[in-house]
Amino acid sequence: MNALPSIFAARRRPAATLAAALVLTASAGLFPTTAAWAQAAAAGPGSAAAAKPWHSIGRDATPAEVRAWDIDVRPDFKGLPKGSGSVSLGEQVWEAKCASCHGVFGESNEVFTPIVGGTTAADIERGRVKNLEEGSTFPQKTTMMKVATVSTLWDYINRAMPWNAPKSLTADEVYATVAYILNLANVVPADFVLSDQNIAEVQKRMPNRNGMVFYEPLWRVDGKGDVQNVACMKDCPIDPKVRSSLPDFARDAHGNIQEQNRVIGPVRGADTTRPPRAEPLTQRIEIAPVVVAQANSGLSDPRLLVNANSCTACHGMDKKIVGPGFTEIAAKHAGKTDLEAYLAGKIQQGGVGVFGQIPMPPQPQVSAADAATIARWIAAGAK
Amino acid sequence: MSKDLSEVIGRVLPAPENHLSTELMEAARKARRSFMGKALAMGAGAVASAAGATKALAAEGEDAILKLPEHTTGLGAPVALHGYGVPSKWEANLQRRESPGLTRVSQASVSFTPLQGLFGIITPSGLHFERHHQGWWDIDPSKHRLMVNGLVKRQRVFTMDDLMRLPSVSRIHFIECGANSAPEWGNVALPSVQYTHGMLSCSEFTGVLLSTLLEMCGYDKKNGKYVLAEGADGSSMTRTLSIEQAMDDCIVAWAMNGEMLRPENGYPLRLVVPGVQGVSWVKYLRRLEVGDMKWATKDEAVHYIDHMPDGTHRQYTGIQECKSVITTPSGSQTLLDRGYYNVTGLAWSGRGSIKRVDVSVDGGRNWRTARLEGPVLPKALTRFNIDWVWDGKPAILQSRAIDSTGYVQPKINQLRAVRGTRSVYHQNAIQSWLVSENGEVSNVQVY
Repeated sequence: MNALPSIFAARRRPAATLAAALVLTASAGLFPTTAAWAQAAAAGPGSAAAAKPWHSIGRDATPAEVRAWDIDVRPDFKGLPKGSGSVSLGEQVWEAKCASCHGVFGESNEVFTPIVGGTTAADIERGRVKNLEEGSTFPQKTTMMKVATVSTLWDYINRAMPWNAPKSLTADEVYATVAYILNLANVVPADFVLSDQNIAEVQKRMPNRNGMVFYEPLWRVDGKGDVQNVACMKDCPIDPKVRSSLPDFARDAHGNIQEQNRVIGPVRGADTTRPPRAEPLTQRIEIAPVVVAQANSGLSDPRLLVNANSCTACHGMDKKIVGPGFTEIAAKHAGKTDLEAYLAGKIQQGGVGVFGQIPMPPQPQVSAADAATIARWIAAGAK
Repeated sequence: MSKDLSEVIGRVLPAPENHLSTELMEAARKARRSFMGKALAMGAGAVASAAGATKALAAEGEDAILKLPEHTTGLGAPVALHGYGVPSKWEANLQRRESPGLTRVSQASVSFTPLQGLFGIITPSGLHFERHHQGWWDIDPSKHRLMVNGLVKRQRVFTMDDLMRLPSVSRIHFIECGANSAPEWGNVALPSVQYTHGMLSCSEFTGVLLSTLLEMCGYDKKNGKYVLAEGADGSSMTRTLSIEQAMDDCIVAWAMNGEMLRPENGYPLRLVVPGVQGVSWVKYLRRLEVGDMKWATKDEAVHYIDHMPDGTHRQYTGIQECKSVITTPSGSQTLLDRGYYNVTGLAWSGRGSIKRVDVSVDGGRNWRTARLEGPVLPKALTRFNIDWVWDGKPAILQSRAIDSTGYVQPKINQLRAVRGTRSVYHQNAIQSWLVSENGEVSNVQVY
C-alpha cells in the first residue's frame, strides 16, 4: 500500500504541466470560441450542410470504379455485357473448371446439390416443373428445376464461380457455361450459341419460369403472417400423442451431447454414446464433469504460451533446466521432416529417451492449436 | 488408515474419537454401494466419498470448504496473461459446432450457436453462429471500400475512416438464418437446441444508418424502389432490400458487442437488416446499388425461397416471424433431480417486440404465462423464465410467443397445412421437448 501514493506523487507534476499547456492552446485560439460557433451556425441556416454537416464525407466514384464493381445482371438483363458463348466451348470450360464439383453432366450430388435434372420437355412448354408438385417422388430439387430467371445463372456464375477462383471467367466463358447447363437441361440444342442478343428468347424456355410467386406479406415488415395460431390457455384441443421423435440412430449423430453442455447448473448433457438410463429418476444423480474440447488459449505469441503453460519451469530458452532448452531441441531435430507435428505430439503426449532418461510428462492441458503454435516456434529455431 | 481402504471408499478423515471399529469399517467397505453402507459410513461421521455417484457429507462438512484449495492458498496468474481474455477452461464444452452431413464443404457451411448454455439475450461474439457461402476472410480494413451507385445523384465511395466519422447508432438485434430449424419441417431430426435453433444470435451492432448513406448520395425517391447489397468476398453475396426497409432501420455496421465485427461475421463491414433472415445481412459489404426492380440473385431465386404444396416457390420471403424455444431444459440434456426448475428460453419476432410468452408442460393442453426478463426490445431476442416443479412423470415442454402485432407462434401442423412438408426455410413452429421419467429430455413433435 505504500507504493501507490508515491506513484501518484510522481505523476502530479506532469499533470500540472499539461493543464498549463491546455490553458495556453485555448488562449492561442485552437479551441473554438463562442464567436466561432456562432459563425459556423450562420454559414448556412436551413441548408443541408448546416443540418447535416457530414454530407460531404466520402468522395465520388470514378466511372472505371463503378464499372469494376457494378457486375450485377438483373432479370431484365440490365448489366449484361455484350458477348456470346457456344455449348461446345461451355463443355470445355465445364470439364476443366466445374465438373470436379458438379459432375460432368451437372448431375452430381457429391459436393453440391445437382444443377441439372428433374425437368422435362412438358415443363419447358408450360414454364412450371411437375416434379416440384405434391406427389412427386423425384429425390432432388435441382437448380434447373427451381431457377425461373436465366439472368440468375449468368449473374451467379460470373460473380462467384469457379468455387476456388471466383470472377476468373471471361464474359464469353460465362455465356458458354450457361449455354452448356441449358443444353444439359434440353433448353437449348447442342449447336447453340448463347449471346446478349438471344438470351431473352432463351428466358421464354426456362422450365420453371412461371413457378415463382411474390408473396408480399412475408417481404414487408408490416405484413400479416399466412399461418396463425390462437393463444388458447386451458384444455386446448391437442392430440398428446408424440407424432415424431428423434430416431435412435440420430442419438449420437452430433457427437456426445454431454460434452456439448456445461459441467455445472441445473441440467447436464446426456451421454448420447450410451442408451438412455433404463430406470426412472427417483433421487438426485451426480454426473462427473467432462470438459472435452480444449479451448484455444487465444495466445498467439509462443513465448507467452510456454510461460502460461509452465514449460519454462523445465525448459530454458537455450539451456537445459530439467529438459533441454528450446533452441537445443531445434538444433537436434534440424531438417527433420514433419518436425512441427512431431514436436506438437511430444508436447501433448510427453516422451522420454531423446534427451536422456528423465521423462517429460504429457501436457493435455495444452490445446492442439497452442501445441501447434509452440511446435512451429521451436521448429523455426525458438527465436 | 490403510491406503487400500482410502482407495476403495474414498478419503477417510481422521475422526477425533476414532470410534469407527475396524469391523464396522470393513462392513461399510463391503456394502459401500448399498444404502446401508452409506448410512453406516455417514452414521459414523467419518467418511466422505470422493468416488461413487453420491457425495456423502462428513459431519464436519464438505472437502470443498474444509480443504482449502490451491487457488485459496497459492499465487494466482499475472495481469494481461491474455491480452485478449478467453473463457474459463471449464467452459470449453460450449463451442460453435457444425451439423454433420448438413453440408459437404466447410466453406459453404454453418456452425451453430450453443444456445443450451447461454444466458440473457446477448450472444458472445466468439459463439455467434457462422454461415459462409464461399469461405471467410480477415480483410485489411484500411483497404476496404463501400460504393453506393445506381439511382443516386452522386455515386460515392467511402473508406472505413469515412464511415466511422458518420453519426452512428448502437442497437441490439437478433439475426436468424432463414434455414434455422429447417431440417424439421417433415419430422424430428436433431438432438439438441444447438442444432434445432442455433442459427440464431443476438448482438449490439454499431454503425451508420443505411438511410443516412442513401440520403447523402441523393437516392432517387421516385424510381429508387429497391437496394441491392453486395459483399466483397468470393461469393459476392447479393440480396435485394425494399427501399422502405433500407430507409427504416438498416445499419451499415462495423461493430458488434462493443468491438469491431469478428472476421467470421463480416469484418470490417456488414449490413444489419433487423427482423430479416441472416442472408440479407451481407458481410464484407462493398456495394449498395439503388434500382427500380428486384434482382432475383441466386440466393433469392434458387435458395431462401419457400416451396409451396402446389409446386410454386415464394420469392423474397425474408421476414423472420415470431418464434420461441426453451433452452433449459432442452434436447439431450438430463435433469439431475425431481423438484424445482427455472424453465428458461428465448423469444423473438422480426415484426416487432415480444408481447408475451406462454409455456406448457403438458404438450400444449394447458399454458401459463412466463416472466419476460428485460430488456424487451424490438427485433431482438427476449429472455423468458417460468417456475416448474417436476414430479418425475413424463412431461412435454413447449413455449409459444406472441409479438406486438398480436401474431401467435404457430404449431408445426398449422405451418404444414399452409406450406406443406417440402419447404425448407422460415420454420417458426412451437418446439416440443419430452422430459422422460429417466430425466432425459428429447426432441419430439406434439400438436
